[in-house]
Amino acid sequence: MNPVFGQATTPLFDWDWVTRNLDTILEKTLEHLKLTGVALGFGLLLSVLLAAVAIWKGRAYRPIGAFTGALYTIPSLAVFALVAPIIGIGTSSQRFWTAEVALVSYTLLILVRNIVTGIQSVPAGVSEAARGMGYREGGLLARIEVPIAIPAIIAGVRIAAVTVIGLVTVTSLLGLGGLGFFILDGLRRSIIFPTEIIVGVVLSVALAAVLDLGLLMLGRFLTPWMRAHGR
Amino acid sequence: MMDFLADVVAWFSESGRWLSGDGVLPRTAEHLWLAILPMAIAIAFALPLAVWLGHRRIGEFAVNALVNVGRAVPSFGLLILAAVFFSRSGVSLRFWPVVVTLVALAIPPIFTNAYTAIVTVSPGSVEAARGVGYTENQVLWQVEVPMGAPLVLAGIRISFLQVLATVPLAAVLSSGGGLGQYVVRGFARGTSGLDEVFAGALLIAVLTLGADWLFTRLEPLVLPEGVRRLSSVEVRARASVS
Repeated sequence: MNPVFGQATTPLFDWDWVTRNLDTILEKTLEHLKLTGVALGFGLLLSVLLAAVAIWKGRAYRPIGAFTGALYTIPSLAVFALVAPIIGIGTSSQRFWTAEVALVSYTLLILVRNIVTGIQSVPAGVSEAARGMGYREGGLLARIEVPIAIPAIIAGVRIAAVTVIGLVTVTSLLGLGGLGFFILDGLRRSIIFPTEIIVGVVLSVALAAVLDLGLLMLGRFLTPWMRAHGR
Repeated sequence: MMDFLADVVAWFSESGRWLSGDGVLPRTAEHLWLAILPMAIAIAFALPLAVWLGHRRIGEFAVNALVNVGRAVPSFGLLILAAVFFSRSGVSLRFWPVVVTLVALAIPPIFTNAYTAIVTVSPGSVEAARGVGYTENQVLWQVEVPMGAPLVLAGIRISFLQVLATVPLAAVLSSGGGLGQYVVRGFARGTSGLDEVFAGALLIAVLTLGADWLFTRLEPLVLPEGVRRLSSVEVRARASVS
């Protein structure tokens, strides 16, 4: 499958194609969001568990860090490829979960690190004061430490979200890919079709920007006390 | 599952698998060359600029913007867009679009970490150096650069790993792409190609983890003695998250 290059006669951007294919564009955008959302959901769930283990058993933090670090270091294409034979790529649900396992594996390092750092950076005096006021461990964590750590946690979720949105495009090689479908399809036509590739890349960046902004606003909404201090 | 693993082992032991033109060793060399060349170009461009701007404290806003934009652009899409634009301007080579893309991907982490490294050197040390009569050049080269070195190296490492991860995607464009060729070729064959997909992925994972390990081993050798003793925790705390 060697693509044909050097076709300067096709227009760089064909608006007609966009208007003709609005349905497909919407469908692939939603698929992109679904792949991203599910990965972030499972990633956050797993990261909270791993972070809880790391916080309660301090010794576990190093191995957890090394493990999630290795997962993060292995290139995305290789992770998809290592998971594919295990889960399979025959049916569309097999392909979906192959993609999800790989995407989730990328979120863990960023999320675990930010959750642990966020909780541990709560000033000791604050925790002590809360204990003095009668908070037990569970209440201390839920009412005091987690809210204080929210900016750090949201910062981690934002990085993970933007990273995952970019990686979803690679899953087009598995026959999925959300907006990545357009990137690969535009390349693999008998004559390269730049419009499709540009639509895929631009919408993927736009999606990342919108999600990033949304999470930023969610963070502001969850921490009204930060605004009171003029931040 | 056992049958599958046997297929993978068989793939590795086919004749000519290691040394022929499409063999593992030439592909590994191609993979490394496609990563190291863009890294060298990116470092030569970004490092001096970041150090100089950092010393002069110019452009902090632009640096923050660069971090976010750098992260949002999908490397896969950028790679293919670059190939398309190059081909339209008549450059038929498959090699340079890949190199240019990888340079563009490599620059943000190198630049932002080097910039942060210089800007966040403890103001006390800088003031003390000025106080005992260091010239601006001496402050830069004898205080800011050595003390910022661990963070500069962290940026280069993040960048290198990102480039190593993007090289295999270039296999979609041409017969190149280093070890990624096996994976892309295997996926194109569907379920029957999964042994090649898995073998290629193993090779990519081993190469990347090995390169990362080697990098962390070599890091201390290039750091000045005094800086090496500074807590690496502090360095990590300052590094912008990869």
